[in-house]
Amino acid sequence: MTTIPFKLPLNIKLYRPVSPTGVWGWLTTVDHKKIGVLYGVTAFIMFLTGGIEAMLIRTQLIAPELKIIAPEVYNQLFTMHATTMIFLAIMPLSAAFFNFIIPLQIGARDVAFPRLNAFSYWAFLAGALIMKSSWFLGGSPNAGWFGYAPITTATFNPGNGIDFWIIGLQVLGVASLAASFNFIVTIINLRAPGMTMMRLPLFTWMTFITAILLILAFPVITVALIELMLDRTFDFNFFNTKAGANPILWQHLFWIFGHPEVYILILPAMGIVSEVLPTFSRKPIFGYPAMVLAASFIAFMGWLVWSHHMFTTGLGPIANSVFTLTTMLIAIPTGVKMFNWLGTMWGGDIDFKTPTLFAVGFMSMFLIGGISGVMHSFSASDYQQQDTYFIVAHIHYVLFGGSIFGIFAGIYYWFPKITGRMYDEKLGKLNFWIMFIGQNLTFFPMHWVGMQGMPRRIFTYDSGMGWAFWNGFETIAAYAIAFGVLIFVINMIKSWTGGKKAGDDPWDGRTLEWSIPSPPPVYNFRDIPIVKSLDDFWHTKQKSSNSNTKVKSKTKVSDIHLPQPSYWPLLVAVGLTIAGFGIIYNLVFTGIGIGIMLITVCAWSFEPVNEPDSH
Amino acid sequence: MFDTIKKFLPILLSLLFVIACGGFDGPQSTFDTHGPVAKEQADLFYLILWAGMVVLVAVELAIIYIYIKFRRKKNSTRIPSQTHGNTKLEIMWTILPAIFLAIVSVPVLSAIWTIGTPPKNPDVVVNVHGHQYWFEFEYQDLDVVTANELHIPVGKKILINLYSNNVLHSFWIPKIAGKTDIIPNQGNYMWIQGDDVGMYYGQCAEFCGESHALMRFRVVVDTDEDFRAWISHQKSEAFVPNDPLEKSGYDIFMSSKAGCGGCHMINGSKKAKGKIGPNLTHFGSRQHMAAGILENNQVNLRNWIRNPDMIKPGNIMSGQAAVYMDPNKSLTESEVIALASYLQSLK
Repeated sequence: MTTIPFKLPLNIKLYRPVSPTGVWGWLTTVDHKKIGVLYGVTAFIMFLTGGIEAMLIRTQLIAPELKIIAPEVYNQLFTMHATTMIFLAIMPLSAAFFNFIIPLQIGARDVAFPRLNAFSYWAFLAGALIMKSSWFLGGSPNAGWFGYAPITTATFNPGNGIDFWIIGLQVLGVASLAASFNFIVTIINLRAPGMTMMRLPLFTWMTFITAILLILAFPVITVALIELMLDRTFDFNFFNTKAGANPILWQHLFWIFGHPEVYILILPAMGIVSEVLPTFSRKPIFGYPAMVLAASFIAFMGWLVWSHHMFTTGLGPIANSVFTLTTMLIAIPTGVKMFNWLGTMWGGDIDFKTPTLFAVGFMSMFLIGGISGVMHSFSASDYQQQDTYFIVAHIHYVLFGGSIFGIFAGIYYWFPKITGRMYDEKLGKLNFWIMFIGQNLTFFPMHWVGMQGMPRRIFTYDSGMGWAFWNGFETIAAYAIAFGVLIFVINMIKSWTGGKKAGDDPWDGRTLEWSIPSPPPVYNFRDIPIVKSLDDFWHTKQKSSNSNTKVKSKTKVSDIHLPQPSYWPLLVAVGLTIAGFGIIYNLVFTGIGIGIMLITVCAWSFEPVNEPDSH
Repeated sequence: MFDTIKKFLPILLSLLFVIACGGFDGPQSTFDTHGPVAKEQADLFYLILWAGMVVLVAVELAIIYIYIKFRRKKNSTRIPSQTHGNTKLEIMWTILPAIFLAIVSVPVLSAIWTIGTPPKNPDVVVNVHGHQYWFEFEYQDLDVVTANELHIPVGKKILINLYSNNVLHSFWIPKIAGKTDIIPNQGNYMWIQGDDVGMYYGQCAEFCGESHALMRFRVVVDTDEDFRAWISHQKSEAFVPNDPLEKSGYDIFMSSKAGCGGCHMINGSKKAKGKIGPNLTHFGSRQHMAAGILENNQVNLRNWIRNPDMIKPGNIMSGQAAVYMDPNKSLTESEVIALASYLQSLK
C-alpha cells in the first residue's frame, strides 16, 4: 500500500494509519465490530462498578441504624449507582449490540460514518471517565440521578461532585447523539438490496426507534444541564430560588428527557428478545407488523407521560388525570408485545438454552414491572408510592429483570458470532437461575417495604419501623445476584479464551448475521446478500437443504473497499475531555480543549484516503 | 439440579409473596389507614393490585405452560408451522386491555378530584415549612408556631400549605395521607383528616440532603378538647425558671457567648428571637426531638447539645453556631447539662 499525503496550505503533510495491529489497531479502528467489542467490554466494566456501588448501598441497609457508610458517601453511592447503570452500563451495552450486530443484520460492510462511530465510543469513554473520576477527585455527585434543583445549585451543593455529573452527562450526550445519527443513516441507507423496512429484523427496528428517541430526548436534558452549568459556573439564575426561580422547571425538562430515556433503555432489550424467541422456537415472530407498530406507539407515547414522575408536585387534578390516562394507554402496546412473544413461542419447538431462559426471564420480570407501572399510573394512589421502595422495586423489575436480562440474553445469543466460540451452557444456566432467583428475592420484598412506608434514598432507618427483616433479606439476596454475575464473568473469560469452536450458525439462525463466518471477517459479507423476505437466511437454508448447492463467490477479498483507520476520532475525544475538565477546574483548559477539537476536526475533514494497491 | 430448582421456584415465589403480604403493619404502613385520604388511596391500590394480579397470574401461567408443553425434545428436528400472526387474536388482545383500562380509570379519576380538591372551609389551616432537616408548623390563624410535632383535632378537615425557602422536601403521613412535595416559590397544598385519636409517623419523602433520612415528624391527632387545650398552652409564654440548674441553663442560652437566641425563638424572652431554628418555647412538652428521630429525654438531649453532627450530620446548627465552630467557645460538660435541664423545663 502507498500513502498519498494531502497538502494543507501550511505545508503540513497528513498521513493516515495503515491498518495497524495491536494497541494502535484498537485506538485507530473504525471497524464497527471492534468498536462494538470496545463498547461492550467498557460498558460491562462500568456495570461491575455500578454493581459494587449497589452492594455497598445494600450493605449499609442490611440492618437498622448501621454506620458502615457515612451519609454523605451513601448519597454519592446511590447517585452514582443509578447514573452508572443507566448511562454507563445499559445504554452503552445496547450500543455494543447496535455496533456489532446492525450492519450484519442489514447486510452492510460497516456503518454509514465509521470514523464518527469511533468518535462515539471515545466520547462515551471520556464521559465515563469524567463521571467516575469524581470518586478520586473530591467526591461524587450526591443529589440523585435526577438531580432535582435546587439541591444541585452552588448554594446548597458547593463541592465539585455535581459539576462532574453535569459535564459527564453532556459528554455522554454528545456520544449518544453521534451514535444515533449514525445508526439512523446506516439503517436507512445501507440495507442490502431487497431488505425493505418491513423485512428488517426486529432488533434493527428497535435500534432504529431507540436512535430516533435519543436524538429527540438528549437535546432536552442538554438544555437543562447547560442551564445548571451556567448557574453553577457563571452565577446565572435559572434555578436560583432566591432570585425567584421555580425549580419545578428542572423536573419538567428532566422528565421530558427522562421518560423517553426509559424506553431508550428497554426497547433494545425488547429487540433482543424478539430475535432470541423466534430463533429458539423455530418460528417467525408472531405479528411482525404489530410489533413494529406497538414499539412506534410506545416511543410516541413516551413523550406524553413525563408528568407521571411528578404526580406529587402539585400539578393539580386536571394534569394528573391527563397523565394518568396517557400512562395507562402505554400498557396497551406493551401488552401487545407481551402477547405476541407468547404467540411466537406457542406451538414452537423451543430449545431452552441460556439465551431463551434469559429472554423468558425478561418476559416474566418485565411483566411484573409493567403491572406495578400501571399501579402507579393511578396518580391518586401513587401519592403513597412516590419516592418509596415500591418505586425502587418497580424500576429494578423493568431495568434489571427487564433491560439487563434482555442484554444478557443478547450476550449469550451472539457470543458465538462475536467470538467464534461457544459459551459454557451449564455455567450459563446456573448464571441464569441464580440471577433470576436473586433478582426476585432482592426486589420483590421492596414492594412490601415500600408500601410499609420506607422512603427511597435514606441511608438508615429505625428498628421499630418493621423494615429490618426484609432489608436484611434483600441484602443477602443481592449478594446472590453478585455471585450470579461472577459466574457470568467466569463463563465469558473461560469461553472466550478456550471455548469450543462455534461454527457459523450454531442456533439455526434466521437473520443474515448467521450466514457469515464466526467471528465475521473484516468485510462481513464477501458478496452483499439479496434479500427476498423476512428471515431470508432461514428460508434460503430450508430450500437449499434439498439441493445442497453452494454458490461460489466471485468477489476477490482484496477488491472489497473498506473504511480505513484514523487517529482523529480519538484525538477529538481527548479535546472534549480536556474541555470538560476545564469547566470543572479552570476555564483556560476549556479553551485549550476546544482548540484541540477544532484542529482535530479540521484534520479529520482533510484526512486523505489510502489508495488500494490494485487499481 | 436445574429441574429441582425449576420445580420449587414457583412454590418458593408464591410462598414469599404470601409471607410478604401477611407481614405486620409497621408505624408507616399505607395499609393501616386512619383518615379518609389514606383510606381512598389504599382502596384504589387494592383495586389495581387485584386487577393486576389477575393479569400477572394469567400471563405467568401461560409462560409456565409454554415452558412445559413446547420445550424441544432431545434431537427434535420438528419444524413448527410458520405462522406469522393471527389478526383476530391480535385485535382482541389490543381491544380487551383497552376496555379493561377504561373501566378501572373511572374510580381513579374520581379519586384524583376528591384528593386534589382542598376543602372550601377548612377547620384548621397549618403552614408547613420544610427546613434542612426538620419541619416547622405554623398555625397562622391561631398564632402558634411549633416544630416536628403537628397537633390536629380528630375528624376535622385540615388544610396544609407547604413552603420551603431552601431545597425540595415532601410532606407525608402514610397512615393519614399520601405525600405532596414542598417546592420553593410554589405554594403547594394538601388536605388531611385524622379519624382516630393517636400519634402517627411522618417522614420527608423527597431527597433533601445529607440527613434526608433523619427528617421525620409526628402527627398527634387529639380530641377537640385536647386540641383546644394544647393550642391555648402553646400560646402561653415561657417563664424564667426558678430552679438554679435550669436558671443557669437559661443564662447560657441567653448569653451572647452561646448565642442560641440568634436562631431559636422563645416566646416571652427578649433575647431569643431567632427564626432560623425551631421555636423552643414549649420544647419540653414535645415527646420527640431532632425531627422525630429521638425520644425527648435528658440523655438524648445532652448528646444532641454536645455534638449535634454525630446525631444528624450536615445540620445547620453544627455548621453555624459559634459553640460548635469556634473551639474557644465550646460548651463545657456542666454547661451542656444546664442547657438540657433548661430546655426540658420549657413545658
